[in-house]
Amino acid sequence: MRKVAIYGKGGIGKSTTTQNTVAGLAEMGRKVMVVGCDPKADSTRLLLGGLSQSTVLDTLRSEGEDVELEDIRKRGFRGAICVESGGPEPGVGCAGRGIITSINLLEQLGAYSDDEELDYVFYDVLGDVVCGGFAMPIREGKAQEIYIVVSGEMMAMYAANNICKGIVKFAEAGGVRLGGLICNSRKVDNEREMIEAFAEKLGTQMVHFVPRDNMVQRAEINRKTVIDFDPAHPQADEYRTLARKIEENTMHVVPKPMHTDELEKLLIEHGLAG
Amino acid sequence: MLLRHTPKEIAERSALTVNPAKTCQPIGAMYAALGIHGCLPHSHGSQGCCAYHRSTLSRHYKEPVMAATSSFTEGSSVFGGQANLVQAIDNIFSVYNPEVIAIHTTCLSETIGDDIPQIAKKALADGKIPEGKHVIHVNTPSYVGSHVTGFAGMTKSMVDYFAVSTGTKCNQVNIIPGYVEPSDMEEIRRIVEMLGVQAVLFPDTSRVLNSPQTGRHEMFPKGGVTVEALKSTGDSMATIALGRLASGPAARALDTKCKVPCEILDLPIGLRKTDVFIDTLRRIAGVSVPESLNVERGQLLDIVTDMHHCFYGKTVGLVGDPDQLISLTEFLVSIDMRPIHVLTGTPGKEFENRIREITRDVPRSVNVRAGGDMFLFHQWVKNDPVDLMMGNTYLKYIARDEDIPFIRFGFPILDRVGHSYFPTVGYRGGMRLLEKILDTLLERQDRDAPEERFELVM
Repeated sequence: MRKVAIYGKGGIGKSTTTQNTVAGLAEMGRKVMVVGCDPKADSTRLLLGGLSQSTVLDTLRSEGEDVELEDIRKRGFRGAICVESGGPEPGVGCAGRGIITSINLLEQLGAYSDDEELDYVFYDVLGDVVCGGFAMPIREGKAQEIYIVVSGEMMAMYAANNICKGIVKFAEAGGVRLGGLICNSRKVDNEREMIEAFAEKLGTQMVHFVPRDNMVQRAEINRKTVIDFDPAHPQADEYRTLARKIEENTMHVVPKPMHTDELEKLLIEHGLAG
Repeated sequence: MLLRHTPKEIAERSALTVNPAKTCQPIGAMYAALGIHGCLPHSHGSQGCCAYHRSTLSRHYKEPVMAATSSFTEGSSVFGGQANLVQAIDNIFSVYNPEVIAIHTTCLSETIGDDIPQIAKKALADGKIPEGKHVIHVNTPSYVGSHVTGFAGMTKSMVDYFAVSTGTKCNQVNIIPGYVEPSDMEEIRRIVEMLGVQAVLFPDTSRVLNSPQTGRHEMFPKGGVTVEALKSTGDSMATIALGRLASGPAARALDTKCKVPCEILDLPIGLRKTDVFIDTLRRIAGVSVPESLNVERGQLLDIVTDMHHCFYGKTVGLVGDPDQLISLTEFLVSIDMRPIHVLTGTPGKEFENRIREITRDVPRSVNVRAGGDMFLFHQWVKNDPVDLMMGNTYLKYIARDEDIPFIRFGFPILDRVGHSYFPTVGYRGGMRLLEKILDTLLERQDRDAPEERFELVM
């Protein structure tokens, strides 16, 4: 079983990319579980065809300790298993603690046990790793492989660089490694070259360049992944390719985060200033 | 040798505390809240916090200490404690019907950021707080400060929530007694009454935590400052705050909120500090000191002079809370004893400066530490033994290992009685302290005296 965590700046398209990729893996016959680690609980909407799912924490709150695995797991596209951690409404409580609680509960209930025969677990984590709770998915024994969704926009790269700093800390203590950057294109000038250069500086790779296509939004409005909504569309093949590249990826590194001025220089070199 | 692993060599420590010389903020907040008449303290957090704080107070005062808790579950930690607290307020008013619920937070509810005033407003809007009843609060994260900070915070909350200035001054003085025993609060009241001054003492735990045994349990004992009296503090002529750390914030808040001028003094422990307190009160209230108080003062002075040869040059190690230690050290120095190790667990550089100033003329090198621990104190004692130690019950381990005479003083005292009933403040309190010091020193002298030096008259 490979445990994969997806990080990246808020709004960059982590959930969309994760679900479309998972759809690709599911189509390949892989058994995948997606764990949404965002209090908004919208990480599995496209796989499930809607937001109907009861979250782990809501279930814990209403049922007490007697939660059963089937109360919190839902089957989505091609049998992909979907779990939403959930969390408090904005401005109260502790969302970070929520992620710790729900991942612990999933472990207790045996969601990761061998007889589940999972090929992949994907953790889709809230944009900013603001506290220890949001780093729970990359603690020792959890996800070993991280992909950062990024675009050619400066703040997205800035966030990706910051996430790398966090990975270094956990990588030093345990086995977590960076698998690569996924460029979710925003049609910035020179975007592909810039992210490739950025990846190289970080000591990693750009796993795939996902072009921008309105089909993604169209599928989203219909509560579906692209592969589900329009299997023959070229964008569906992009996600199939990304899924295959992740499947075949063996490059797992401890990243080398850049200094801010170094990062800014890279941006200037690759055309943002020109 | 229970502490046989404590090495004599002192190594610089950056992160580790061994045997702390302080405890949680909520303990102080809970104690202060019990000094309001008809008040039920409420701990907003997991129930284990509340159980620990109650039991520590119960063991020290040998009285049942009533307090409620929000009883956080895993769910409350994630979703916030609002539902639990609103329910708790509802339950408390319908089951126990206190005048005031005094909420303090815990590390957990602080860290997840529960907003107590917002929750209290919600409870009010939902009709959970009956007309004429009150909910007050203080934030008490235990990773900041100590029990003294919690006491100071809750005392300040009494001002923040209750004190009002009606525009008409009334002929009374506010006295904030500090984090002292119920017996001390009683003694301060007695002195104030001897001077014939009208005063509001807050908080006031006398007759709450030193109640007589009547055979009947009172959920809300007779003592404590009333809400009416707390409201009136905003119209008082002046405030006298005893203990800078424990009482200073409340006194300054009264000055800011209601323009009641304040005098912040050291605790009236020992002759001089009591003189200052009484003189300040005399000046503010425009009264004269009665002969009866002068007699008490004279008696204390008499013990000092009669027994000076027993005090002279004796070295002392002190552990306790800053306000107490500042006055106690001054008292001991004034009778020619030599406090050479003075340590508090409560952080704050000011403490070290004050003790250095007070012990400037002690002809020995003096160790002072704020934010220290019992382990360090033990190491000091090993390196430079003392004739006497004073501090809370936890010192008994060091006293036993090092075979040093030991007087229980401060908080908590878990293994002796007396502190609830007999004060250490005022002239009488000073006499009691000297009696204890002499008993302990002379007992040791008798025990160790060879036959030819075993004295009848000492």
